[in-house]
Amino acid sequence: MINSLSRDFLKEILAKYRDPKLANKIVFKINEYAKDLGDILIMHVCGTHEWTITHYGIRSLLPNNIEVRAGPGCPVCITPASDIDSIIELCLENNVSIIAYGDMSRARGSKGLSLEDAKSMGLDLRIVYSIQDAYSIAINESDKKFIFFGVGFDTTAPSTAYMVLKGIPKNLSIISCYRYIPPAVGALLSSDDLEIDGLINPGHSSTVTGMSPYKKYFDKYPKPMVFAGFEPIDVLISIYMILKQIKNGEPKMENEYTRSVTWNGNVKAMDILFKVFNVMDGVWRGIGVIEESAFEFKDKFKSGNARAIYNIEYPLMDIGHPKGCRCADVIKGKITPLECPLYMNICRPEKPIGPCMVSIEGTCRIWAEHKVIDKLNIRG
Amino acid sequence: MENVIRMVHGAGGTAMQDLIKGHILKYLGWGDSEVPLKYLDDSGVVDNIVLKSDSYTVKPIFFPGGDIGRLAVAGSVNDILMIGGEPKALAMGLVLEEGFPIKDLDIILSSISDTSKEANVVIVTGDTKVVERGSLDKIIINMSGFGVRHKYLDNNLGIVNRYRKLSSRWLLDRNIRPGDKIILSGYIGDHAIALLSVREGIKFRINIKSDASPLNSLVEKALEVGGIVAMKDPTRGGLANLLNEWSDKSGFGIKIYESRIPIRDEVRSACEYLGLDPLELGNEGKAVIAVVPEKADEVLEAIREDPLGKNAEIIGEVSNKYKFVVMETIIGGLRVIAPPVGDPIPRIC
Repeated sequence: MINSLSRDFLKEILAKYRDPKLANKIVFKINEYAKDLGDILIMHVCGTHEWTITHYGIRSLLPNNIEVRAGPGCPVCITPASDIDSIIELCLENNVSIIAYGDMSRARGSKGLSLEDAKSMGLDLRIVYSIQDAYSIAINESDKKFIFFGVGFDTTAPSTAYMVLKGIPKNLSIISCYRYIPPAVGALLSSDDLEIDGLINPGHSSTVTGMSPYKKYFDKYPKPMVFAGFEPIDVLISIYMILKQIKNGEPKMENEYTRSVTWNGNVKAMDILFKVFNVMDGVWRGIGVIEESAFEFKDKFKSGNARAIYNIEYPLMDIGHPKGCRCADVIKGKITPLECPLYMNICRPEKPIGPCMVSIEGTCRIWAEHKVIDKLNIRG
Repeated sequence: MENVIRMVHGAGGTAMQDLIKGHILKYLGWGDSEVPLKYLDDSGVVDNIVLKSDSYTVKPIFFPGGDIGRLAVAGSVNDILMIGGEPKALAMGLVLEEGFPIKDLDIILSSISDTSKEANVVIVTGDTKVVERGSLDKIIINMSGFGVRHKYLDNNLGIVNRYRKLSSRWLLDRNIRPGDKIILSGYIGDHAIALLSVREGIKFRINIKSDASPLNSLVEKALEVGGIVAMKDPTRGGLANLLNEWSDKSGFGIKIYESRIPIRDEVRSACEYLGLDPLELGNEGKAVIAVVPEKADEVLEAIREDPLGKNAEIIGEVSNKYKFVVMETIIGGLRVIAPPVGDPIPRIC
């Protein structure tokens, strides 16, 4: 299967999107533009972009005055600590089983306890890859009650919405911690903490939402905004496009990832999403409340809404991170992991303290796995 | 978590190193010899005798390109070769599970016989044990062996010493120095991907065979040219682990180039789909050879003449610019190659 399916496809990727000669040309152009510019801070908001940037050593190719930094691009990292706390308490007290993604099960709540830790206290934890798996578990074990820990962005929320629309088993409910990315990008742009000169927008999320939801934030804070794919050439081109816009003094919403992203996005998925969920103000762990950024079940779907069934409080404030952990500043892009005193000290992939070290989409985890231990890895 | 042995402790990465250093060496590291246990090299040496022990627990025991028997002979022979030894004889310990089919045992023994002839070694002693059903998974083979100084080793070291001083009498991990070129003898990842393709629950269709092979003739050709300072086979933990061991033990950095690393398209595809890093995959018929720069091209040419070295490449060099292993990526960026915590695929050898 792998053989036949992928050979030509991989060749195409290697030829087009990982071509050393093309990369060299783009890097040359980036350096040319950078000469006439001051210090530039470009932010991206996607764990997969961070992986590409780190894995291919893209930072080592950039001139000293151009920095690309990771912002809030990891669903596990921004899931409210209070929801982790509530789930553990509720499931233990009421003998309810919890179904979660592997990464989510290792993120610690405000009391330093993760779902996985709670297993030793009797929590029945099931690890799955998708809501479909959760559905099957609930069908097969109809005598048990299950809660699915719904975590993710616009990319994963539609499949849950679709499942709910089709109907889920009576013994399964869902706690929605789904978040909507465009308002978070708006919040980054409006933040006084950080002066961002340009944004690399997420490719997968924008494939679903389309570019259009970003228009209102762009109109208010006109900064270069490029929607980018995940191969190294995609990222390099998007950096080039941003610098070009800055140099010309013409901020635009531009699409680099034309093979996937469109202006309107996946209209069907968005339609299903808004059929099932209301968009509410929501807590992002480490950031605080972001207006109209959380997907919460509409009233007519309350029979599948774990918050409604079990009276789980809807988080209204961010109760933060374990002591000493600077995940909040990493998520906001205020610092890099190297500036956190716990990074690779007591906080390591095999024993994570903060959520950014837990998730494979977390900046600290990606840096740790690539042994980013000093600036050498950032600049060549 | 309770302090118990986990799979990762046997996976050839940093977790295994921690176990060995914190426990095995703590009790047994006192022994002294020409190449003692505490060097943690491919083999030990005492009185010019190279000694090696290795146990094989591969799953499944039959896989594309080989079986546990071929693997056992090749693995032990290669470890003796890598330090500059010439393998002479093997001692085999068989541990069998009750209910194991005799016909499967016959296939394995026949494979051991064939591979021993290929590697020019004899099995001179052995031991057979049977345990109750369920106490182990089918079969474990221990293959220990000894070798003598390779006939070309002294000449090889003499050539090294023409260009720079090397006091060691064996090809140890710690021998590498800035400027040394690093040769990889062929495609990486074949063994791990071949095994994975027949694992229960993962199975996929791919035309890749394990590379399990004894490397006698390839090593002989390389040593005959001379100038080699260190050799190692990238088994568990793959190239990433091997280079980090060299860097750690020598105190120097290593720079490799992604574009020069030989890898088959199919293996690369499989890695993309399964989220595996080919640098961390285990191999059973490859050697990584550090050679003084003056002899690098000549050694490469000699290796390429061997059927097992046709695809050899110079993949990088030892460097004092860094303190760790660095790779220039396909697009020209730099990234550190970390030692893997453990092989991503357990029980490959």
